[in-house]
Amino acid sequence: MERDDLIEYSLPKKGNVGLHDENEGSKIRKKIYKVTILLTVVTVLEVFLGAVIKQDAAIWPLVKWSFVVLTLLKAGYIVIVFMHLGDERPWLRYVVLVPYFIFVLYLIFIALWEAVAIKGVLSYFS
Amino acid sequence: MGDHSVQLDQKYLWGGKESPFQVSYGKMMMWFFLVSDALTFGGLLVAYGFTRHDCLEAWPIGEETFNSLPFLGHGYPLLYVALMTFILIVSSVTMVLAVEAGHRMDKRGVVKWMIATIIGGFFFVGSQAWEWYHFIHGSEFGKVELSDGSLAIVKGHFGEIESFTVTESGGHYKQGAVIKEDLMHTFQHAAAAGHITNGIITLHDGSKAMVKKADDHDLTLIIKKSGNKQKASKERRIITGESAKNLYYGALYSGEANRVIYGANLKQNEYGPQQYAQFFFFITGFHGFHVFSGVVINIIICLGVVAGTYHKRGHYEMVEKTGLYWHFVDLVWVFVFTFFYLI
Repeated sequence: MERDDLIEYSLPKKGNVGLHDENEGSKIRKKIYKVTILLTVVTVLEVFLGAVIKQDAAIWPLVKWSFVVLTLLKAGYIVIVFMHLGDERPWLRYVVLVPYFIFVLYLIFIALWEAVAIKGVLSYFS
Repeated sequence: MGDHSVQLDQKYLWGGKESPFQVSYGKMMMWFFLVSDALTFGGLLVAYGFTRHDCLEAWPIGEETFNSLPFLGHGYPLLYVALMTFILIVSSVTMVLAVEAGHRMDKRGVVKWMIATIIGGFFFVGSQAWEWYHFIHGSEFGKVELSDGSLAIVKGHFGEIESFTVTESGGHYKQGAVIKEDLMHTFQHAAAAGHITNGIITLHDGSKAMVKKADDHDLTLIIKKSGNKQKASKERRIITGESAKNLYYGALYSGEANRVIYGANLKQNEYGPQQYAQFFFFITGFHGFHVFSGVVINIIICLGVVAGTYHKRGHYEMVEKTGLYWHFVDLVWVFVFTFFYLI
């Protein structure tokens, strides 16, 4: 039996996965540098917003949600471009992403809902 | 090899000519591992959110807690974490460049970019060590319990302690001696233990000394917890100027123990509720452990690349698999950065 880790099943394929020549390589590198600049700009923007707008400002909830959106944007670029998930088969994408979204979104919802309820009770009795 | 070992045809292993999802076993398992690890980190961050939402005390604000830079002191909100984030993003980029070089069978390129990734990883772990050190030791002012029982964190420029002049001899120091070493450390210890009364510090050998200290500038008290329990007001109270000075030194020089807390550990926390310190140590520690193990794995694979193991094999998929782990570490940090530091 051949050792499994020696076989690259995904070699003759399109996209970023598998072997490619110098020409394709330079195209991929260009994409990588573009994403690098985007991630850096988003991080700088986040720190700038955090430093300028205080948490008791009226606009803070908007800033907070924009942080969440920007984080998901950064995470998306890391997963799809850097981790090449965008170049994998659609079903592998679903196998990786769908369980996470189902469990974590539910967990966030139920935990934060409970926490706010508990805080209400605690502050009522304190 | 025993008699029973048989050469299996590929099609019996996968039930067909193609692997599921057209990825190798190793890569698929790496993805499955990352999914489960992501659920672990998701659970930790949700637990943090839970505690933050049901906490009655004011939660620490990232830019007030983390505002120092090495060698430059205080007053740089979040710049250090931003730098750490940038280092990790750059090391993620060099990793993806190593993977790309591997796809061109460019061995030198893979080695070059992997070494860059490893250096970036070490920088990140080192930065985290500095941040922990700073978090544990705390600010120069500490958190102070004011005379009405409310808790306040303190911002401003701490006037340097110049000397202690001994006014009453003890076991070691004689009257009239001027102490100039280890002043800040001695001062903070004495303040926390309640050994300073009206500017007179009692040293550990029993001698008493007068504290000579430069004036503080821009002293600001930010009330985090109201002393009056009936009137737990939601808005942040900020006290500045002379009254801030009087309140702060009234507490510091009261001669009572535990009126001021410096730094954070698992038992006390300068920055806010105790759970905050616990989550800080656990989440950033767990992430730092991932970074460290990622660096170790990168070093091992890099040695394999240098030895030519993967070149002989005809593909650099091992680099791709470690790359997946390394990007995942970066991915987790993006979330920790947002939910621990920014929000």
